[in-house]
Amino acid sequence: MAIIVYAESQNGKFKKSAFEAVSYGRALANESNKNLVVISINADDPNELANYGPDKVLSVKDSSMNDYTAQVYADTISELSKKEGVSILVLSSSADSKYMSPLLAVQLGAGLASNVVSTPISISPLVVKRSCFTNKAFNHTTLKGSINIICVSNNSYGIHEKESRPEVVDVKISKNNPKIKVESLDKATGSVSIADADIVISGGRGLKGPENWHLIEDLASTLGAATACSKPVSDMGWRPHSEHVGQTGKPVASNLYIAIGVSGAIQHLAGINASKVKVVINNDPEAPFFKAADYGIVADAFDVVPKLIEKLKAFKSHQ
Amino acid sequence: MNILVCISNVPDTTSKINFVENDKIFDTNGVQFIINPNDEFGLTRAIWFQQKNQATVTVVTVGEISCEPILRKCLAIGANKAVRIDSKALDGFSVAEQLKSLCEKESFDIIICGRESIDYNGGMVPGMLAQMLEMPFVTNCISMDVNGNEVIAKREIDGGVETLSCSLPIVIGAQKGLVEESDLIIPNMRGIMQARQKPLDVVAPANSFSKSSVDKFEKPPAKGSVKLVDPDNIDELISLLHNEAKVI
Ligand SMILES: Cc1cc2nc3c(=O)[nH]c(=O)nc-3n(C[C@H](O)[C@H](O)[C@H](O)COP(=O)(O)OP(=O)(O)OC[C@H]3O[C@@H](n4cnc5c(N)ncnc54)[C@H](O)[C@@H]3O)c2cc1C
Ligand SMILES: Nc1ncnc2c1ncn2[C@@H]1O[C@H](COP(=O)(O)O)[C@@H](O)[C@H]1O
Repeated sequence: MAIIVYAESQNGKFKKSAFEAVSYGRALANESNKNLVVISINADDPNELANYGPDKVLSVKDSSMNDYTAQVYADTISELSKKEGVSILVLSSSADSKYMSPLLAVQLGAGLASNVVSTPISISPLVVKRSCFTNKAFNHTTLKGSINIICVSNNSYGIHEKESRPEVVDVKISKNNPKIKVESLDKATGSVSIADADIVISGGRGLKGPENWHLIEDLASTLGAATACSKPVSDMGWRPHSEHVGQTGKPVASNLYIAIGVSGAIQHLAGINASKVKVVINNDPEAPFFKAADYGIVADAFDVVPKLIEKLKAFKSHQ
Repeated sequence: MNILVCISNVPDTTSKINFVENDKIFDTNGVQFIINPNDEFGLTRAIWFQQKNQATVTVVTVGEISCEPILRKCLAIGANKAVRIDSKALDGFSVAEQLKSLCEKESFDIIICGRESIDYNGGMVPGMLAQMLEMPFVTNCISMDVNGNEVIAKREIDGGVETLSCSLPIVIGAQKGLVEESDLIIPNMRGIMQARQKPLDVVAPANSFSKSSVDKFEKPPAKGSVKLVDPDNIDELISLLHNEAKVI
């Protein structure tokens, strides 16, 4: 029996969340005295995984899998997992992994828990802690399958380096037959995506209009951060829907979340609460965001953000 | 065209989340239940197909009698009929099995779920149902157009949009973008009156097994109070973020 991790990659490079999932898998393998087998699909250098402790790496390189299709990836991962005698399969909580996890659960007849925020509370029976009620609470879920799948929440366990000397095996996959064809991919290049970002800078209605978004963008580029916005801002078309975060938008689990001119409505906070450190800039000291934030500045964003950008640039250049 | 919309009955987004009986049970006291927002975006798109292509729209929920007001609301919004599968929703797997047995009895061209429920946040049911029925599946779906048997759907991905094609039947996980907020239908008096006449069938559950159970809830620890920084002393904020929080 083995702990299996799928290490997600994009354009040949492992995602940060892949290293977190492998680190998590290592902890599970130690606790349950099992081998850790990591599956990599079309990553340029599967040996990079050796920094995080796998016992074995299965490397698939197949041009028919250059486009991500959940069904084909799930077929492949479930086939390899079965061959390795999977007991627990670990995935990240990225959009792609969450997309295929229910398909894998049915294929493997497995129990499934998404948004898992820590190592299991108990291994036998397998009990995990996961977030629910859109980050307003956690639940303890017992997974009752003979195989179970855990999707680890981003930035919840962290990346733990542990060198190993895994056997790296090239594996061939059976021919796949996708039900869905990818017609095109429209991806913003160069900018950081909210899901992968360590830092997210978010703007609300307090910024008055799209013409002021250079403040958010400049601050974001200074910090290498992703940009986000509140729901009304995307509803009014000031910013694209893809930037809308919160209960009905994208979830955010970054290390640092800076909210500027966002009031901190319960639906907004629900979606971003999993972020570790929250900073608010708002000219109304009564704004509810101050109750949820770690650090705050009561000030007009138009005064303070340019200063903050300037000071941060200076700080960065000294590092 | 025959469309099924799967509806999850969830606490209103402003609800206080509390637990009772040693944190084993969600406290529904004073909580208003609503159609899961993602499902409502999906339902609105289904009504669009009903008006444009004469599609029949069925809504279904797996749940106890307490879910019926939500189904009536769906009927008032415009769904043609409602089905309640009379079973407590145990976990994603068993809910998907219940929905599957309905889908095997009637044949649907489009099965619309929400991307995820805002209470359990599993994001499990739609994909499980698709895999059980061996149908193509698109989640985080922000656009779906049907031409004859062909579907063009768009999926929101991390940092972009992917355009996909497949043929019917299909299962989707809906979210905002599939329709806009301003497209949502507020039931009018006529809709509410008509809803009373429309069929709401209660069917017995199929055999199903759960593969997980929720034993206990926990609330996040109370937050310490915010540290306020003087706007004239931005260096202090930078120093706090660097030295104390260690995030920059
Ligand atoms: C079912 C439902 C789901 C929802 N889902 C979401 C969701 O997912 N995400 C989301 O964000 N919202 C969501 N909302 C909306 C939410 O309730 C709030 O309406 C919204 O978050 C408010 O956005 P805002 O903070 O940008 O705007 P406002 O509430 O208008 O706040 C603007 C803030 O800017 C401050 N401000 C003004 N001028 C300045 C200045 N010069 N400098 C600094 N600060 C300034 C003001 O003091 C104020 O606090 C949802 C609502 C419902 C009913
Ligand atoms: N009890 C239920 N009855 C009908 N549909 C459901 C039920 N629970 C979940 N769903 C559907 O599955 C979607 C995802 O739910 P979840 O897997 O709980 O995140 C929801 O948006 C609904 O469309």
